[in-house]
Amino acid sequence: MAEVNLRQVVKKYGDVEAVRSIDLDIPNNEFVVLVGPSGCGKSTTLRMIAGLEEITAGDIAIGGEVVNDLPPKDRDIAMVFQNYALYPHMTSFENMAFGLKLRKFSKDEIRTRVEQAARILDITELLDRRPKALSGGQRQRVAMGRAIVRNPKVFLFDEPLSNLDAKLRVQMRTEIKRVHQKVKTTTVYVTHDQVEAMTLADRVVVMNQGRIEQIGPPQELYHKPRTRFVAGFIGSPAMNFIPCTVEAHGDGLRVRLSDTIALPVPAARTAQYRTAVGKEMTFGLRPEHITEPKPGNGVSGADTDFAAVLDVVEPMGMETMVFFTINGTEVCGRVEPTAAGEAGTSMRLHANMEQMHLIDPATGLVL
Amino acid sequence: MSTATATVPSVTRTKSRASLSRSRRWALYTSYFFLILFAIFFLAPPYYMIVTAFKSDAEMARMATNPWFIADGVTLDQFRILLKNTDFLIYFKNTVIVTVLVVAITMVISVLAAFALGRMRFWGSSILATGIFLTYLVPDTLLFIPMFQIVKALGLLNSYWGMVVVYPTLTVPFCTWIMIGYFQSIPKELDEAALIDGAGHMQMLTKIFIPVALPGIIAAMIFAFTVSWAAFVYPMAFLYSSDQQVLTVGTVTSLIRGDVYKWGMLMAGALLAAAPPLVIYAFLMDYYIAGLTAGATKG
Repeated sequence: MAEVNLRQVVKKYGDVEAVRSIDLDIPNNEFVVLVGPSGCGKSTTLRMIAGLEEITAGDIAIGGEVVNDLPPKDRDIAMVFQNYALYPHMTSFENMAFGLKLRKFSKDEIRTRVEQAARILDITELLDRRPKALSGGQRQRVAMGRAIVRNPKVFLFDEPLSNLDAKLRVQMRTEIKRVHQKVKTTTVYVTHDQVEAMTLADRVVVMNQGRIEQIGPPQELYHKPRTRFVAGFIGSPAMNFIPCTVEAHGDGLRVRLSDTIALPVPAARTAQYRTAVGKEMTFGLRPEHITEPKPGNGVSGADTDFAAVLDVVEPMGMETMVFFTINGTEVCGRVEPTAAGEAGTSMRLHANMEQMHLIDPATGLVL
Repeated sequence: MSTATATVPSVTRTKSRASLSRSRRWALYTSYFFLILFAIFFLAPPYYMIVTAFKSDAEMARMATNPWFIADGVTLDQFRILLKNTDFLIYFKNTVIVTVLVVAITMVISVLAAFALGRMRFWGSSILATGIFLTYLVPDTLLFIPMFQIVKALGLLNSYWGMVVVYPTLTVPFCTWIMIGYFQSIPKELDEAALIDGAGHMQMLTKIFIPVALPGIIAAMIFAFTVSWAAFVYPMAFLYSSDQQVLTVGTVTSLIRGDVYKWGMLMAGALLAAAPPLVIYAFLMDYYIAGLTAGATKG
């Protein structure tokens, strides 16, 4: 177990800069998830920590020791790959024992460790099978077993659940969390799935275009995104972004979304948003904060309610998604199934302005 | 109304199924027709060889008999005389020695070369890989004159050891080429997993790549075996004395004297010479096919 530190790490492929000077400190035992869209540099970062990619500039330290020039085998890390990367000619036992054999562990020690890992992952009865005879989920468990037996300083996961079906993905997600709670090894996990990131991570690192956009616990990223990218990337369905102008209204402020809709800014944020008065801004509000009007779910009742003609209504069972447009921008709300109107009809909706975000479109920063 | 709409699609479906099965049937008939045609075409020479090998000289000399059947009964005389009165066994032994050594040398060089060219990223690796294949495209009938000078300089003229040196120039390029393709079809995560598990490049090769690429390696082995077992031009040019000769040239030169063809023994010799490749093919054919089609279905 060890901490991992990245200092101004850069990775270039020719003229293309895949990772642009990132700094990241991962304390001992922490479960950190790198998340972002394809090509954001998250996998490259993980592979640089693993030693599978050379770094162009900067330093990577594991357990306080700079490992820039160390080969993967000397970094004391273990990695789980997206496609499992199990050795097809070896049984599950041999797959898990391979790394230990190369490190000259005694046969008894190897057996003890493999059996212990197999018990943790509930794959004891699969140890004699070859990967071909295992299902996707079982293969992923064996791949995790191969990582666990080594008892490394750091676990690295590269989109380990992407090849599994939706149901199995949820099961394995819980499994990974359970294993981390047991073995408590420092873990760096890469995914493009923000739900995985939110559910697994102690801290989430959101990456975009080779840079770190924000680092923080899942709840913080969700409620206090620092940039429009983070606000839009975290949360499903994504946050609504509507062009707006901020205008003074008595002592307070209003966010004007259209000729007919102007929503009051909560009093507590007035000072914070005062500088934006008269400017073109972007208003951000999550779908779950656009609901049907109900007692006690907002700041000031009628002011925060508005009418909208529904374009599409999507019943999800426990809730219903309603889609409508404000000034040509599509907006999504989340209402009670019983409250939702029909497509084409008008419905009164309520915006929970306590949860609003105001974004400067020029910088992409959340005010 | 509802009955009518239910009936119409079912009729259409039956029709299309019938035409589908009819076109399938015709495809099958055509395939079988050509398969049988080609089987007859390719099996006629070996059949003729087998039939002739078991005939007596007297029957062969009689023009009245049908050459495609044995009229006077099966005899092993041709085999007996071939093995007793000629140097056939010496040729056989020489061929086995040459082939085993050539296959071994080829596999060591090709596996190492293919691993380096297929899996290690270094400057010029793809040009080198193409270059290796291009050398295979030069026909051996062009190469044997400069090769003669080299073998002579090595003092290996008229020695089957010369063949051990020369044949790999034919086998190594193609085998390397086959195995580069096979090694490249193995997912790169496998070597990355091995690297992280603590394997060096040599361990990665011996413990992961060779076992995983076994079908490709066996395909390459079969190719090397076939080339060195059946080579004709080089032994024809480089070997003269009977005790150094190999099967292909030895059988022909010792059993054709001027315009006298000892057909019975020639066919018996050809049959015995063809036996080892046949046996090896029969056992390893599945691997051979898997090896040649590697990467065909993987992305």
